[in-house]
Amino acid sequence: MRVSAAIHSATQWLLPLLALGLILTAIVAAVGMLPAGMQRVATDALIKLLVVVGSYIFIGNSGVLSFGHVSFMGIGAYVAAWLVISPETKQLMLPNLPALLMDAHYSPTVAALAAGAAASVFALLVGLPLARLSGISASIGSFAVLAVVNAVLSNWTSMTGGQGSLYGLPSYANIWTTLPWALAALALAWTYQQSRFGLRLRGARDDEVAAAASGVDIWRERVIALVVSAFFCGVAGALYGYFLGVIVARSFYLQMTFITITMLVVGGLSSLSGAVAGVIVITAFGEVLRNLERGLDLGPFTLGAHPGLQELGLAALMLIILIFRPRGLTGGREIALLPRSWWKAGPKAGGVSENCR
Amino acid sequence: MTLTLQYVIDALNVGGLYALMALGIGLIFGIMRLINFAHGEMVMVGGYAMLLLIDLPGPAVVGVSILAVVALALAIERLAFRPLRDAAPSTLLVASFALSYFLQNLSVLLFGARPKPFVFASALATDLQVGPVRIALLQLVSMGLTLAALAGLTVLLKRTSIGVQLRAASQDFRAARLCGVRANSVIAFAFAISGALAWIVSLIYSAQIGQLSPAMGVRPVVIGFVATILGGLGSLVGAVVGGFFVGALAVALEAGLSLELRPFKEAVLFALVFLVLLLRPQGLVAVRALRERV
Repeated sequence: MRVSAAIHSATQWLLPLLALGLILTAIVAAVGMLPAGMQRVATDALIKLLVVVGSYIFIGNSGVLSFGHVSFMGIGAYVAAWLVISPETKQLMLPNLPALLMDAHYSPTVAALAAGAAASVFALLVGLPLARLSGISASIGSFAVLAVVNAVLSNWTSMTGGQGSLYGLPSYANIWTTLPWALAALALAWTYQQSRFGLRLRGARDDEVAAAASGVDIWRERVIALVVSAFFCGVAGALYGYFLGVIVARSFYLQMTFITITMLVVGGLSSLSGAVAGVIVITAFGEVLRNLERGLDLGPFTLGAHPGLQELGLAALMLIILIFRPRGLTGGREIALLPRSWWKAGPKAGGVSENCR
Repeated sequence: MTLTLQYVIDALNVGGLYALMALGIGLIFGIMRLINFAHGEMVMVGGYAMLLLIDLPGPAVVGVSILAVVALALAIERLAFRPLRDAAPSTLLVASFALSYFLQNLSVLLFGARPKPFVFASALATDLQVGPVRIALLQLVSMGLTLAALAGLTVLLKRTSIGVQLRAASQDFRAARLCGVRANSVIAFAFAISGALAWIVSLIYSAQIGQLSPAMGVRPVVIGFVATILGGLGSLVGAVVGGFFVGALAVALEAGLSLELRPFKEAVLFALVFLVLLLRPQGLVAVRALRERV
């Protein structure tokens, strides 16, 4: 009896994660048979998934909406660029780089790990003060972080090339090299949210006062979540550089923030399944719009090119979701392979109280 | 001495524009706890409205374009923010972010992404030499407009019934409603005023930069946002104080920083926002109703 209960709870614990991982792997395998153009779209989506899952680890569990996570991505991208670009190219682009970075020449994977670590260290530094703030002040504070990092990255000419771009990154990112990172992010995000740290933070999200009264150190839990979440955003920044081969500071600002927050909000802020669903839905919808934007030839009818249509449609979708389904497509629930009634024991998956606002 | 005077004039001039921006944002925040990113797009729409109407006689251009921006402000309130009125402040923030993006790209779709040169009143570009100090006519006009707008707003808020209701609502929305203030009309009124303020900014700002682009509202809104927070979110006096403070700071940084450090001006402003949020979250002018209660 006891053993079967343990197996029962273990499968209940793991199933949503396995389901998400399988869905993702299946989509990637299917896309692998499609032309290269579609594979690039999928790679881009997987990198965004890393940012969204990274952001989710903090935003979803703490309930604090952060606009700053793309700054972690930017930092990761530049750190990776310093480490992977060959010293000869760096001599040309950034002649004033410190010798330590100038001579560095590491493999893409090592550089991506270092990028994640650097983003985490930065998140720790800004998180120590930032985690004291709640609600809208925290959102504004994180926006300030984004703006400061962008101003520094786009003007620190000796280190980042300023407004110009850094090139010479290896084109290492494709669907098969980004998938393991995405799966690792899912696994870690899931483990974190089921761990005592995640549960404490989710408690604080649902009722700050009650959690504090029960002995939860909200500040500490928020800092931990921020550091973990920044790691994946930093890695995503590195992969984004490997994907495009070039990095520019302005690609880590409002537009990227908008698209990743849209993915998170549309899918549902408070569940990991929501984060994944948001990336898939927004990528698919965005692709449809992008094709419309280029113009369509439908026999007798032709639709002209409409630049701006993609962003317009995404923004409209986000507003509609916010108004009519504020908790996102998944409504804060985790994916369930079997009907809810099958799990007789334990609370419902996700365990989000209805009035978490 | 002359140089100092020049700096003071510059600071007042820049500060006035920021104060108008901050007032428009602060007004809405005070009653709805909404930081309206789309305020910048009202500025943008004001500019494009003037561009489309440019062949009409001057007063008609002014009148119709003000109406266009106010109508946009009311439409935004009715269609996007009224359905979200009971949502959490962070949801409202995301919604306004999305709305701002929506309007920007609507403008890309309609007018193209490329900046369009635009001069409404070319006479404003001349410089006046007053003794040792050089003042652009534009600066005088914009300072005059700013002062007139601030004075008009003060009269409106202190002397009219709807103005008093608005101030009451921004101090304590619930208590104001219990005293008979109509939520819908007072919020719509606030949006109409913020639209009018945005129009003034679009007049001055488009004359300063000499062109229009879909993203032209982003910079003013971000700076206005800084001013609102430094001044104290929710306080109207604070918004004006914050606006002039940021203006003075911007001029001081421009004059004080070396050439290599000057691009980091924005970083300094936002670092200041960060510090203010941590050390003095109520801003320069505190509002009591904003303190969160359990």
